[in-house]
Amino acid sequence: MTKESDLKELMAASLLGDSIAHRSLLTVLSGYLRSYYKSKLVRAGRTAEEAEDLMQEALIVIHTQRHTYDPEQPLTPWLYAIARYKLIDHLRRTRASTASVPLENAENILASDDSVATESQFDLTRLLERLPERMRLSVQYVKLDGLSVAEAADRCGISKSAVKVNVHRGLKILAASIARETKA
Amino acid sequence: MKTNELISMLSSQVDPVDTREVVRNVRIAILVGAAVSLLAVVFVLGVRTDLNEIHAQNFVFAKLAFSLSVVILASHYLVKYIRPGGEFRARFALTVLPFLAAMVVAAINLAAAPRSHWETMVFGSYWLECLIAIPTVAILPFVAIMWAVRLAAPTDLLRTGALAGLVAGGVSATAYALHCMDDLLPFVALWYGGTIVLCTIAGAALGPRLLRW
Repeated sequence: MTKESDLKELMAASLLGDSIAHRSLLTVLSGYLRSYYKSKLVRAGRTAEEAEDLMQEALIVIHTQRHTYDPEQPLTPWLYAIARYKLIDHLRRTRASTASVPLENAENILASDDSVATESQFDLTRLLERLPERMRLSVQYVKLDGLSVAEAADRCGISKSAVKVNVHRGLKILAASIARETKA
Repeated sequence: MKTNELISMLSSQVDPVDTREVVRNVRIAILVGAAVSLLAVVFVLGVRTDLNEIHAQNFVFAKLAFSLSVVILASHYLVKYIRPGGEFRARFALTVLPFLAAMVVAAINLAAAPRSHWETMVFGSYWLECLIAIPTVAILPFVAIMWAVRLAAPTDLLRTGALAGLVAGGVSATAYALHCMDDLLPFVALWYGGTIVLCTIAGAALGPRLLRW
């Protein structure tokens, strides 16, 4: 079994709505992404916290954009493309040169993983407070309090599909605010 | 924030997702864009009046063969480019084939004609209308296509934007072919090909601005 085929299997299950597979997938990917971002940022004299922020932003993006993966293709290039895209985006925001991001072999992103987690620089509760009320409550109920979508819909007084849309948009906004907050 | 807390949050109640939806969105946008372009040409510019004559039909078919091959090739690559990393496995050099074919046919045509006819063959009567109409009408499909592409996550914004412009230009030229009375192939190669290339350049310029996520 290669890393690629293991990851692909987890991804396939996660796309079918398997929460346990999704958790395993994100956990494994967080190690690879941490290692990738540390190697790119810490070498350039930046902090491990900054790498952790970027890794967490990338994790949210991988979650919210998982529908853009084509199950007939290998997962590694998809993962690498997102990781690299977010790195370049981050370097642009922090006004660093993006010339230091050559295109590598996509498999390199699985070359090493790093499980030494640091705490990122932002506070989830504070970022959630900025979301519009219904969006914040949808995320809070479904993603943090573990309520079912139906229960959350009842409490917010909106439809189930509106709750799902709110959760999805809320997470996207969350990733964008992490990107804006990350300090170089 | 701790990463394991974030992962717990993200993996609480994961919904199943449809991985084909992003491609479907783009295809629908191309069809909607084509319908709107057709309506714009039919109602604003009008359809050429000699469409019941065989020779006119042949010229229209030749133009459609060129513009539709551009649309088909470009949309084939566009639906690959809208996914992260799609650019690693899709090289779109093939999209120049219809342009090359049109140029070769135009060159053969010119070579077979006396020099005194060249200017008429290349400029026709309505080159200015063609130059303005194709890029203007292309705005409609371009907006629809970009909206659909934004629902996906391209990671090569320049080339994805260029492909969106290429498809939009091809769709616009397809609609314009029903109105345009200039039938000679050198005209089609230069003015249809040229305006579609303009749309492609515009798409490449707008891609990085409009498609960021």
